[in-house]
Amino acid sequence: MSTTQEKPMTLKSLSHKKDLLTGGHRMCSGCGAPIVLRQVLLAVENPVVLTNATGCLEVSTCLFPFTAWRVPWMHSAFENSAATASGIETMYRALRKKGKIKKEMNFIAIGGDGGTYDIGFQSLSGAMERGHKMLYICYDNGAYMNTGIQRSSATPFGADTTTCPAGDVVPGKPQRRKDLTRIMAAHNVAYAAQASPHNWKDLITKVKKALAADGPSYMGIIAPCNRGWRCQTNDAIQLSKLAVDACFWPLYEVEGGKWTINYDPKDKKRPIKDWLKPQGRFKHLFAPGNEWMLEKFQQGVDADWESLKKLQEAFGR
Amino acid sequence: MKQMNWKELPHAGTILDAGNAHTYKTGSWRSLKPRWIEENCIQCLFCWIYCPDSSVMVKDEKMTGFDYDHCKGCGVCAMECPGKKGAKAIVMEEEGK
Repeated sequence: MSTTQEKPMTLKSLSHKKDLLTGGHRMCSGCGAPIVLRQVLLAVENPVVLTNATGCLEVSTCLFPFTAWRVPWMHSAFENSAATASGIETMYRALRKKGKIKKEMNFIAIGGDGGTYDIGFQSLSGAMERGHKMLYICYDNGAYMNTGIQRSSATPFGADTTTCPAGDVVPGKPQRRKDLTRIMAAHNVAYAAQASPHNWKDLITKVKKALAADGPSYMGIIAPCNRGWRCQTNDAIQLSKLAVDACFWPLYEVEGGKWTINYDPKDKKRPIKDWLKPQGRFKHLFAPGNEWMLEKFQQGVDADWESLKKLQEAFGR
Repeated sequence: MKQMNWKELPHAGTILDAGNAHTYKTGSWRSLKPRWIEENCIQCLFCWIYCPDSSVMVKDEKMTGFDYDHCKGCGVCAMECPGKKGAKAIVMEEEGK
């Protein structure tokens, strides 16, 4: 272990680390996902192996014969990022037992929300249940952005996507998103958390905790997508901050059954419409006659936030 | 670049040169260009931590400029730049001006 861990973590101290995700990848201008992944990789101290589910991040960072990763990285298919990582981790344990590997290593599986919430869900659930010592990271942009903005089960209520287009008949996605971080916490994983790239310190600390946890860990990280969210290329960090301030994406962690809210905006809590307004995918929510949708969205967010606070009360500290 | 034939391709299509995307230039995507105004810079490094394209160059804990070969001109750095006394240290300017 390096000695930098005892010192307070600052951007200056982090800046000595080599970027493990290089420039020259083909992610869109202003995409949130590479910001998230750069921060995740800054937290890694040991040699690391990554697996990646199909998605924007996978196709755009690894266009043959180029790879933007300076670490071993593997893609197999859409549905099995977690299964691939669990296989690699099992092989590592076997080789370690035989004395062929001496080093401590980390294993991180990455997926977008489509590859995590929907298509990769069974392999993720299986890997977490089997207890592999690996971290699964879902960068959540709330739709299948890679194939052209189709709805996923992470898409928020009311969002306009190509498979639930907002029009006269259907006002965007009729269902609410599912809360995967809580589903993962229900797997009794060693560590489950939600993070946001605007709070880099919280994100990096959580990745360090997750990698140090003795067992499987899961992190959901919000990753704004300006193409799918229909916003500007420069507001990825602003929108991730707003999502946290509006309690749409609360920062919390579940460590061995102990629930902790890491950031409570208290009286600075923003109404959800502040987060929805800059996003073109929610434009129709502000049209006359759709006030009920804004109200329903707010009610859903408030109910989730209240129940999270109750969980902290009941199972915190 | 020169195309590889089937004999030259690595087994199973693996890429053996880690991080070789660095040799691929994405700077031509840019329509807006970030300009660094050093006197307004407080060296907070927010631009560096929030850059999606690893295009903010940092040496000895100090921001030293942009990697225009890879910067796609998204403007996240300029947006997040706190600047000094309200004056931004990064401004976006149109390319070619």
